[in-house]
Amino acid sequence: MTTETTLREPPRVSGGGGENGHLDELSRDPIGLMARVRAECGDVGEFTLAERDVVLLTGADANEFYFRAPEEQLDQAEAYPFMTPIFGEGVVFDAPPERRREMLHNQALRDKFMRGHAATISREVEQMVAGWDDEGEIDLLEWFAELTIYTSSACLIGPRFRSELDGRFAQLYHDLEQGTDPIAYVDPYADIESFRRRDAARVALVELVGGIMERRTAGPPAPDGEADLLDILMSIREEDGSPRFTADTVTGMFISMMFAGHHTTSGTAAWTLIELLRHPAELQAVNTELDQLYADGSEVSFQALREIPRLESALKEALRLHPPLILLLRVAMEELSYGDYRIAAGKFVAASPAICNRIPEDFPDPDAFVPSRYLQPREEDRANPWTWIPFGAGRHRCVGAAFAMMQLKAIFSVLLQGWEFEAAQPLDSYRNDHSKMVVQLEQPCRVRYRRRSGSAPEPAQ
Amino acid sequence: MPGALPAPLRIGAGAGAVRIVVDRDLCQGHAACEGEAPGVFSVSKKGELTVLQPEPPESERAAVELAVKYCPTHALSIEED
Repeated sequence: MTTETTLREPPRVSGGGGENGHLDELSRDPIGLMARVRAECGDVGEFTLAERDVVLLTGADANEFYFRAPEEQLDQAEAYPFMTPIFGEGVVFDAPPERRREMLHNQALRDKFMRGHAATISREVEQMVAGWDDEGEIDLLEWFAELTIYTSSACLIGPRFRSELDGRFAQLYHDLEQGTDPIAYVDPYADIESFRRRDAARVALVELVGGIMERRTAGPPAPDGEADLLDILMSIREEDGSPRFTADTVTGMFISMMFAGHHTTSGTAAWTLIELLRHPAELQAVNTELDQLYADGSEVSFQALREIPRLESALKEALRLHPPLILLLRVAMEELSYGDYRIAAGKFVAASPAICNRIPEDFPDPDAFVPSRYLQPREEDRANPWTWIPFGAGRHRCVGAAFAMMQLKAIFSVLLQGWEFEAAQPLDSYRNDHSKMVVQLEQPCRVRYRRRSGSAPEPAQ
Repeated sequence: MPGALPAPLRIGAGAGAVRIVVDRDLCQGHAACEGEAPGVFSVSKKGELTVLQPEPPESERAAVELAVKYCPTHALSIEED
């Protein structure tokens, strides 16, 4: 052996003596586990997930290494086995950066479609609150999850498809998201209740989409200008004239298209509202800002694409404190080194928005909700591009980030202008359920709403 | 007066006062830069960024600064001599 082999193995975190290493702890208290890795090991530390070692990188330097690494070094294709039964075999979780770039440009996320999307989103929110009484109570998880099913299906697939959905689709979709227990790292098809529900939900979604496809086949073609992505997919034929895509494949495509923007946006909307209720002065500031911006009668579709600094800061701070994805994973495709450490081929390599977003050196008073940290001159998101990472960073950064921010601005523009909210349970009782890889609010998570004085309902027809 | 004022920019083609730096590891082709400064940045259908004027004239300065600011992936920066 030569002197080159001075690289060390990453230090291991304490615990993890069980059958599947730290798997149990990951499903009980993942943030506690990852915080302990950083506390005990520093920027590079290791824990064990079933059969695999996971090298957790934290801090700006390590994150930059992680987020800049090309596919040939760090690949995410195999890193999320819990997604395969949800999307279906053959639908990949992620595309290479070149393909993502094309997707951005050719698909619904392109900048020039944003204004239309903003109008669609505000219409969907209006439609949901049209069913509200002057006051009442909602479950934040259920309400925002249903809303974001409608917004994402309308924007990404098309209004024609959206118009055929109701609460059933949202419920089934929720069952998919709940079928993401970390035990999937041992066996994605383990015989447990949540996986059975997940698989039943996928079958039911295929039936639902298949039914829509059958009705379209039997019915008249879409009116001019109203054809949506489903019409386009159905029009693609094999050489013998048979349809290229089955209901199963189409459903898998739709599930995967909607996945990244669903629980993420839904959770961020809920947490923004919760944090604003916990911080009445911030809520007041946002309300004042919105009232001023919309005083001239401008449309949500116009404003949501422009700066709404106080609201945006509140959204960013909710994202920092409650990032929808707490653990990002890749597989080391070859032996890598970071600093003095060796990362063996085949190991998982991880970054953690939940940990990095609260590094006190980068975000003073890290556990506090302080929207002003995004205003000039602090601008802590821009100042910390490798640790302010609710959307990830680098080449794999969320391609829907701009869409998500626009959507959230549109949602709150409508909600806060028409309605007042208050907690329907102790303010410190709202928390996330970390027992699944897809993190969502723990129920109950209820709030009360009341029509704002001076905000009259639409006049009756 | 506290703080130094920025050095005045030389004006004129090829003066080289300001240079645009693109971090290709970070660019995802969102084309926000093209929206802010269409005379300086061009993004193809496939999302490939071309910097039309790597050393833009002073007249583009404000637009380029907005492009740097609104790049969603922080892939752009400005180097000044």
